[in-house]
Order: sequence, then structure tokens, then C-alpha cells
Amino acid sequence: MSSLHGAIEVVVSDVVTVNELIKRFHFKRADGKPLPAFSGGSHIVIEMQDGDTLRRTPYSLSSSPFDTDDYQISIRRDDAGRGGSLYMHEKVEPGMSMSISHPANLFALDKRAPKHLMLAGGIGITPFMSQTAQLARTGGRIELHYGVRNRDLGTYVDELSARLGPDLHVYLDENAERMDLDRILGNQPTGTHLYVCGPEPMIEAALHSARRLGWPQAHIHHELFTKTAPGEPFTMTLQDSGVSVEVGETQSMLEAIENAGIDAPYLCRGGVCGQCETRVISHDGELLHADHWLSDEERAAGDKIMPCVSRCRGTLVLER
Amino acid sequence: MPIPMSHSRIEPSIRSRPVYGTLSPTTAATHLCIADGAGGGALLDLFDSAPEGFAPCAEINYVPGGVPGEQDLSDALQALGAARFHNSPSVHALLPRIARQFERMRMGTQVYLAGSETLIGLAMKTGMEAGLDFEAMQTEHRGTLARRMQCVHCKGITENVTTQPATCSHCGLLLLVRDHYSRRHAAFQGVNINAEDPSEVPPKEEVFP
Repeated sequence: MSSLHGAIEVVVSDVVTVNELIKRFHFKRADGKPLPAFSGGSHIVIEMQDGDTLRRTPYSLSSSPFDTDDYQISIRRDDAGRGGSLYMHEKVEPGMSMSISHPANLFALDKRAPKHLMLAGGIGITPFMSQTAQLARTGGRIELHYGVRNRDLGTYVDELSARLGPDLHVYLDENAERMDLDRILGNQPTGTHLYVCGPEPMIEAALHSARRLGWPQAHIHHELFTKTAPGEPFTMTLQDSGVSVEVGETQSMLEAIENAGIDAPYLCRGGVCGQCETRVISHDGELLHADHWLSDEERAAGDKIMPCVSRCRGTLVLER
Repeated sequence: MPIPMSHSRIEPSIRSRPVYGTLSPTTAATHLCIADGAGGGALLDLFDSAPEGFAPCAEINYVPGGVPGEQDLSDALQALGAARFHNSPSVHALLPRIARQFERMRMGTQVYLAGSETLIGLAMKTGMEAGLDFEAMQTEHRGTLARRMQCVHCKGITENVTTQPATCSHCGLLLLVRDHYSRRHAAFQGVNINAEDPSEVPPKEEVFP
């Protein structure tokens, strides 16, 4: 049994190779009942028991919110990562039992919007798969701009083309095609909401352009799950829990805390939701903040850290 | 950072009572300004603090206002050199015009609303109906505290309520004017103050001058 909060026991019902980098995983509930309902843009946390290593990684649901018999996630193989995507690509097969969290949504559609403008880069297309499936059924104007490396890696282009027709715009790196952000963002009707998901530089460029053109903050949404980067091992002490924990090279602080049997709060495991914020009592060395939650002032103060994605060079004492 | 002096006399209250800010110029490509009465002063201050090139990209809609003692700032506003200046005889006469402006504008137009809570509320409601989030529009309260009130019993709207309690202009009930506000109706809620004993009639006081 899993120690995930409210974990759902599932069976891998199918594994589909989408292209040379992407595999799609299908899950159904082990007890045959319907999975929880979710809204477009939701993610689930997958628990992976890879030998002695326990990983919990968030992935966007890429299936229709109207299908609660079959959850789908699409994972890009990352050979330089900590091994989560490699485990999924190489070890996970149909018929395997796994544990997943309930869906949570940090990238929800604003249903009041008369139009939804979506900008996707690469594997950042996944939340838009569930969002466009939702809007295709409930109604809502969509304009989707999707940048990919080449036609073969254009994950779900055909499916999206069938769903959106002329409202899908694909840009291929191999043909040196680029989104003209100022042109796209400079000519949108009143009330349009903007959603951006993709690599960090692409998100930064889109947000920068939108703000400069005077888009109100309330109409701008983005999702960037920071991948927990590997780093040098270090030791941390959890003061209230009274334990000392080693954080391995490919382990996150949060995973190390969980491995020590401590039930720490979390939601996104990607440095954006703020749930796992923890007070730093002291440290010698350098806090390596990798989250998108703490403000510059909070980082400068050096008394808070997000254990899901950040690390420390040196030793560290956390409050709990 | 110095906190700009507020020109509003609104006291802090419950969470549903709207709060207003101070207009400040943004980097938006175009600017849509809507004001009534003393709110014209907020536009004068806005243009005064704006960088060069602001006025030619701005449009002003102004209702001089029928509130006694509130100055008509039309001439000063017209002299700002905005791309367009429009004077309207009343807030309600202005609404169809701004509804068209909201419809036609592109994302990247900053909206500024200033003056009475009635003007701010009704213009905001019009913007929300066009799809704008209420937080996307800048607001600044100036001048009268008179309220637009919805009777929760008959749903009738009474404009320019300045007393507490106030009589519903539709059903005649005597209403307690609450701070409970509806953005959808752009109105404060009025609840019958003497339902148990209609013969008990508390005196009306002028509290929203």
C-alpha cells in the first residue's frame, strides 16, 4: 500500500509509444470503479517504487475530463533527469499495479472567458489536451499555438487538428518557424484569457510580452513544473522531528523526508503550489532555490525553502 | 514608497464591500477612461503622472454628474488632449456607449474607472459582461458616497440613496442599507429594517452624502 495522501490504487491498462520521445500511459482503477472527476489542466502525482528509491512525480492528465474510466498521462523521456521518466519508459508495462494521487488543478480554465488563448511548447501540450477536450464539449472559443521541434515530435498534432481545425497553429523548429508573441497577444478580443505551458524560456517570453502589452494579471495563467534537478548529496536535520536525513544525489529533500517516515505536506511537487514551504533554522553553505513560489525578498532572507525542488550545498537544519 | 493620499471617504468594512485604489498609468497600448463628477479629478491626476505619449492613446468618457457641489471638470479634461473626449448627460446614458467600447477593444487596453460608486460599479459590470475580470480594471473613488441599492425583497433598484434607513422606490419597504455589495447588480443590498413591527419607524439619517 502507498503512503500517498488519499492514494488511488490503479492498474496500467495500456502503454502507447506516441513518438521517439513520448509514451502515453493509461490507468484504470484496480477495483474497477470510476476514477475521480477532474477538470482540464489537472495533474496527478505518480508513485514509482524503483528498487530502493521511491519517487513521486506530478504529470498533467492529457485525457478527456469526461472519461473517468481511463486516466492518461504523456511522458517525455528525459535521459538527463533523475530517472523518473526513464523508469516510466523502461519499467512500466501493462498490467502493473501503481499508486496515484487524486487529481489537483493548478492550471484551471477560467470558465467566464469568452475566448481561451493557449500557447504550448513541446511536452507542455499535455494540460491543453484535457482543457481542449473539456471545451470541445462545454463550448468555448479556443486559439492554440503549439511550438515543436519537428513534425515527428509534434505530439498529438493530428488529434488537435481534428479537434480545433483552423484554431490550431503549429510552429516547427526545423523550419525555423516561431510564434510572433507580440502579434498574437496584441490582437485578442476583450476578455481573452491566456494560458502558457512549455519550457521556461518560452513561458518567460510569453509572460513578458503579455505584461508589456498591458494584459491584466487576472487574465494570465501559466504552468511550469520545475523538474527536481539532481545535485550533490548533503545532510539535513529536521529539528522538531529530531532526525538527521541524508539527501542523495538523485533524491529531492521532500523524498528524503518521506523516506525517513515523516508525513510532510505537498501538492504539486514542482515548486509552484507552496504547500511544502518549510522554515530554515540554520544552514552553512548555500541554499539552492529552484522553486517559483518564494519571492526574491524571501530568498534573500534565507529562512524558507521548498523541499520539493530545492537543495542545499553544505548542511541544513529545517524546523520540522 | 510613499502612499498616495486617498481622496475617498470610504471607511473599511466587511469583505464584500468594494475597495478602490488610486489610478496609475500602465504600459498598455491604449487607455479607456470612464469617470463622473469628482472622478474627473482622478483622471486629471492620472494624466499628470503619465509619461509622454499617454494622452494620444487615451479615450475619455465623462459624466459631469448631478451631485450638488461637485464641480464640472469637462473643460479641464477636454484640455488633456486625449484622442477622444465624450461628455454624457448621465451614467445610464453612457452605458450603451461604453458597452460598445468594451466589445471593440483588444486585450492590452487598460481600463480606468473613477468617481461615484454607481459609475464605477455600473461601468465595471459592463466590462465584466464583456469578459473582463473585475480586477483587470483600475478604480478610484472620489466624491459622493450615494449608493445604488437593490431591495432584497422586490429586487427593485433605487438610485442615489443617501439615507440610513432608506425607502425602496419600488415596494415602499423601509430598508437597512447594508455594506453587502453585489458586483453582478452593481448595488448594495437593502433589507427590511422593521419586518417584525412595521409601526416602528426608525428616523432616517443622511449618512451617504
